[in-house]
Amino acid sequence: MSSPEYWTQPRAGEPDAPHPGVPAATAARPTAEQVIAGLRETDAGGADLVQLLTPEGERVHHPDFDIDISPEELRGLYRDMVLVRRADREANALQRQGQLGIWVPLLGQEAAQIGAGRAMRPTDMAFPSYREHGVAWCRGIDPAQILSIFRGTDHGGWNPLEKRFHLYTIVIGNQCLNATGYAMGQKFDGVVGDSEGEATMVFFGDGATSQGDVHEAMVWSAVYDAPVVFFCQNNQWAISEPLERQTRVPLYQRASGYGFKGIRVDGNDVLASLAVSRWALEECRSGNGPVLIEAFTYRMDAHTTSDDPTRYRLADELEMWKLKDPIERVKVYLVHQQWADAEFFEAVQAEADELAAQLRETCVNMPDPAPAQMFEHVYSEQTAQLDKQRADYLSYLDGFATTAGGER
Amino acid sequence: MAAPTMDRDTETTVPKTQKVTIGKALNLGLRAAMEADPKVLVMGEDVGKLGGVFRVTDGLQKDFGEQRVIDTPLAESGIIGTAIGLALRGYRPVCEIQFDGFIFPGFDQIVSQLAKLHYRSRGQLKIPVVVRVPFGGGIGAVEHHSESPESYFAHTAGLKVVACSNPVDAYWMIQQAIRCDDPVLFFEPKQRYHEKAELDTTVTPGPLFASRVLRKGSSVTVAAYGPTVKTCLDAAAAAAEEGLELEVIDLRALSPLDLGPVFESVRRTGRLVLVSEAPPEASITSEITTRVQEECFYSLEAPILRVTGFDTPYPASKLEDDFLPDLDRVLHAVERSLGW
Repeated sequence: MSSPEYWTQPRAGEPDAPHPGVPAATAARPTAEQVIAGLRETDAGGADLVQLLTPEGERVHHPDFDIDISPEELRGLYRDMVLVRRADREANALQRQGQLGIWVPLLGQEAAQIGAGRAMRPTDMAFPSYREHGVAWCRGIDPAQILSIFRGTDHGGWNPLEKRFHLYTIVIGNQCLNATGYAMGQKFDGVVGDSEGEATMVFFGDGATSQGDVHEAMVWSAVYDAPVVFFCQNNQWAISEPLERQTRVPLYQRASGYGFKGIRVDGNDVLASLAVSRWALEECRSGNGPVLIEAFTYRMDAHTTSDDPTRYRLADELEMWKLKDPIERVKVYLVHQQWADAEFFEAVQAEADELAAQLRETCVNMPDPAPAQMFEHVYSEQTAQLDKQRADYLSYLDGFATTAGGER
Repeated sequence: MAAPTMDRDTETTVPKTQKVTIGKALNLGLRAAMEADPKVLVMGEDVGKLGGVFRVTDGLQKDFGEQRVIDTPLAESGIIGTAIGLALRGYRPVCEIQFDGFIFPGFDQIVSQLAKLHYRSRGQLKIPVVVRVPFGGGIGAVEHHSESPESYFAHTAGLKVVACSNPVDAYWMIQQAIRCDDPVLFFEPKQRYHEKAELDTTVTPGPLFASRVLRKGSSVTVAAYGPTVKTCLDAAAAAAEEGLELEVIDLRALSPLDLGPVFESVRRTGRLVLVSEAPPEASITSEITTRVQEECFYSLEAPILRVTGFDTPYPASKLEDDFLPDLDRVLHAVERSLGW
């Protein structure tokens, strides 16, 4: 909403109309309907929603955030989105077949994540929440390592400092402070200040914005000018709690209260997500951060495979968002521009199916970890106490092996 | 109070000694650590210009600058959470939590992230963060300023927990904690900040995660940590006048516990009294009780007894003399142990 007048303008005749002399901004209250309408407004978006590719696949131009995109680059973004969606759907199926304990679906958020992920440079650092399979893909994380978390064989096997992608963080909002501290370190190290600089990008959802840690991270990052891009994927739902349970202002507008820039981007538009993320990272790199991006998107599937969205949201809503699909609009645009032909789309689909098949095979063949692994790496140096517990437990297990006369 | 004897380096030249308080010793220790390693940062509320509410960080910002001694916004989760990020970037942050009862807003970051990142990354991430916590009562403060939350952290795998009780330990232990690659919860006995002892900065300190026998004795073993160590030493001095020889052990390391000297002592004396200000239920003292009976069952001549705070919230300060273990309650427990 380009002109959020209802935040600031008193409305005569309402029971809580402001008393003369009372600043309107604190006294005027929008009705619940106005709040919801404001939060959910996306069509054309007014000037506030950055969009470069419409749901119909038409390229539109933005005065501040336009980008030049080569056919090859756009085909690459399309491929990324198709592959991560395919991996996501395969993981969802694996969970339904009992191969994963739980899965956190990405469906619908491909454009936000691929746009942001591809905007980062190798030296930038990313701090994910737990749905960032698309960002992980962009950082070169093997999707099988993501599955190992949900299969229960590991907590994430990659080296976060080598991949420049932190471990998945399950506790809502914790990673925002960790990212801010990391970004403070980048500043202390003197790697911020020009376009060669480093930046940090942290991912969280609309529900996380209610957490104290996210607030504290924004305070901290503002106070210390930390080069951190807060990338909020507003997918409209925090499990069953809708956006209006988290806020009464559009989330990107909160940035102004902290004294830094906030912007809302069409999170189903990979071009806009890429352009806005590049801009925000550049702001941070050059020392003008932090920045808050609200990627306005929609979770098309459940929060996790353990919940049932039909209990809390309307089918109409889902149908409306299907029309905004992030992959279809790129496909339409590629076809209209004659930047891709049927052969390309078939090849990408074949690659996606191959990825899914590999992922399935790796997943079902993942060995269970040996019991001794449980005791490793609790501390840098193993304690005598853990040594003893490990020895005692392994010896206990050995007793079973002996009596059973078989392998454990 | 007599400082514990340190193993002296035989090659030592002229000892550089001075009489200092625990607060000053911590200050000197922090200074030494910051001089030794430019990656060491001090961060917390009021640690800069004010030098901390207990002045433990006095003068550090003046000498090391605002980037290494960071006055933070007032939010404990923010202090711990950003310290974790700084550690990921290669720094070694030393966080100050102003008072024990204020650590709980930071509890989530401590137990959910700080404690677990090394494990979750299978050893690929090191998070060398020290969290300094002035703890315990006896200063006549309002509520939330006199608590003993150490058991929460000892209960959490991945954290190391220590408590100093005297200036010599304070000086060395803070430096050792900062050098440790694991996160360390560092508890400081706030009612003892002004206790003085002779500090020789040229000796070689013993290991950090080790308990230490401060006074030899054969009648009853008495083990304590932090503020109650002095109480026990005073009790031992009083008992000696009546011909009783108490063996006093300063536990120092609360996680991992170093109970070797306690087992050895109990095997000789057959008796153990544990002294702590913390409420007894599900605490450090209950853990020690279990492990001593597992290891020394046939040596025990009496049940293990505890002198502690009570299972109440910390009371209003006019009642804290009743809440806190004192010399008489320790001697009473010793008497009960001997009378079994």
